[in-house]
Amino acid sequence: MARIEAEVGKPQGGLMKWIDDRFPFTETMRQHITEYYAAKNFNWWYVFGVLAMVVLVIQLVTGVFLTMNYKPSADEAFASVEYIMRDVEWGWLIRYMHSTGASFFFIVVYLHMFRAMLYGSYKKPRELIWIIGMLIFFVLMAEGFAGYLLPWGQMSYWGAQVIISLFGAIPGIGDALVEFIRGDYSISDITLNRFFALHVIVLPLALIGLIFVHIVALHHVGSNNPDGIEIKEHKGPDGIPLDGVPFHPHHTTKDLVGIIVFLMLFTSVVFFAPEMGGMFLEHANFEPANMTATPEHIAPVWYYTPYYAILRAVPSKLWGFILFAIAVVLPVFLPWLDRARVRSIRYRGWMYKTALTIFVISFVALGYLGLQEATDAYVMAARFFAVLYFMFFLLMPYYTAIDKTKPVPDRVKYHE
Amino acid sequence: MNEDDVDRIDRNRRHFLTVATVVTGAVGAGFAAIPFLSSLQPSARAQALGAPVEVPIGSLQPGEMIRVMWRGRLVFVLRRDEGMLARLQESLDDLRDPNSEVVEQQPDYAANETRSVKPEFLVVEGSCTHLGCAPLEDFEVRPSENWGGGFFCPCHGSKFDLAGRVSKGVPAPTNLRVPPHRFVRDDLILIGQDTGAA
Repeated sequence: MARIEAEVGKPQGGLMKWIDDRFPFTETMRQHITEYYAAKNFNWWYVFGVLAMVVLVIQLVTGVFLTMNYKPSADEAFASVEYIMRDVEWGWLIRYMHSTGASFFFIVVYLHMFRAMLYGSYKKPRELIWIIGMLIFFVLMAEGFAGYLLPWGQMSYWGAQVIISLFGAIPGIGDALVEFIRGDYSISDITLNRFFALHVIVLPLALIGLIFVHIVALHHVGSNNPDGIEIKEHKGPDGIPLDGVPFHPHHTTKDLVGIIVFLMLFTSVVFFAPEMGGMFLEHANFEPANMTATPEHIAPVWYYTPYYAILRAVPSKLWGFILFAIAVVLPVFLPWLDRARVRSIRYRGWMYKTALTIFVISFVALGYLGLQEATDAYVMAARFFAVLYFMFFLLMPYYTAIDKTKPVPDRVKYHE
Repeated sequence: MNEDDVDRIDRNRRHFLTVATVVTGAVGAGFAAIPFLSSLQPSARAQALGAPVEVPIGSLQPGEMIRVMWRGRLVFVLRRDEGMLARLQESLDDLRDPNSEVVEQQPDYAANETRSVKPEFLVVEGSCTHLGCAPLEDFEVRPSENWGGGFFCPCHGSKFDLAGRVSKGVPAPTNLRVPPHRFVRDDLILIGQDTGAA
């Protein structure tokens, strides 16, 4: 029978086979979803990667719909945002989802990065996953910054003024570079127009590309787990890691619960506190940009304030910029700064636990201080926490090397 | 391909051709990048809008200041009274660059005690040399705070005196910039151009 069918050219195996002969659909699904084995002891810290993807989708979809009514011109931008808020059907919801999404993106990504620090997910062989992740973080910072100029409010304008001026601190080429970034002698219509291009095309494309590479690298070496051990070292006779379960349906089902909880929080903010008391949408930004008057108090949106506090704590423009840049870039080197033989915090000694606690306190404290006015007391406090922030990284090769670690089990364990 | 053929492959030649192709391609890509990078520089329109502006100062009274825009930047024009001019000589030790030695911050003709063409009229860009915020003017003298009047930046607390000279110990590294300017008449300043300057 089969032979006759073949002779008359009837497909065998149906549509799926027809596709698989031309595109590795089933193979890809197996490799990355149904037969991608991740450790069975994942805890809730492992939900933030998926949540970051959810926020990305929210931002892409709401962003596309915003561009349909937004006008990237200095004369019309502010009014077009007000138009979206007042006159476009459901425009307020789309815009609040987008502005809230920006803050949630950073919440989720910061927690995702902290997870990597808890369980040593950046350590060999996952250094590249971490570096690509840091690149994603840098692009995300640029994306948020470019997006914040678009409403053309007071804080949009003066925030951009301050951040672009940072590059003027580079000796020699600073002034020319600043003019090149702005495309004008001051932040103008031209700057707004190009930031729009960056925000809606260049940076999102870079983001999607980097996320793709991030996941390819992750699936190549396999996910880490809360015990920080390699599940691939203990495989069953079928070649499947004994401590692994397929990503789908096991982790996807669990992630779904995380997504639902996340969306409950997200929608609560969108509906009841979209401005978050000036944290997610700053009050000064409800006034159109005015080139002649700086708002009394300038602060970036909360997700940049830890670094901004470091910038402000230095009484020198050039060194402020240098330390700010180092503070942002330093985590890239974590895989080499961390000399511990174990990955997970579960088997580390008191030194790393203490250092990580101090780091978290410093980062949060700097974030708070960056939101406040630069009074002497606050600047002194910012210097103190900035030193702690840098010490966490710079002393890491020492304290992780001498820290007394506990023996790591062969197989994953369930704790608590 | 048999073994003889493999032996006859000139690896040096192959390497040379590979390098030559890559270099040629890179040079081509470099040239192709020029139009794109150039398009990001200030356009002809932006340059035209950055043309000099005339500022009438006939009605400006001593002690008064006006704000004008040039190239989208804020410029302060302050007519200093005698008390203000006298205070410029005081507490020079508190200033980082009292003699205007940083050459980029003013044209040569303003690198003097008052940082101006005519002692009375101060023309400075209202853009803090730290991160570009607009400083606020505060001309009230408060000896208790060691404040002789000047400009204060609300962003990061930089202080400048009545000649736009920066105080020590603040984040701004240099004095406020004096834009190129000249007096067309006694009551008219041209900001942005200084050829044939006083």
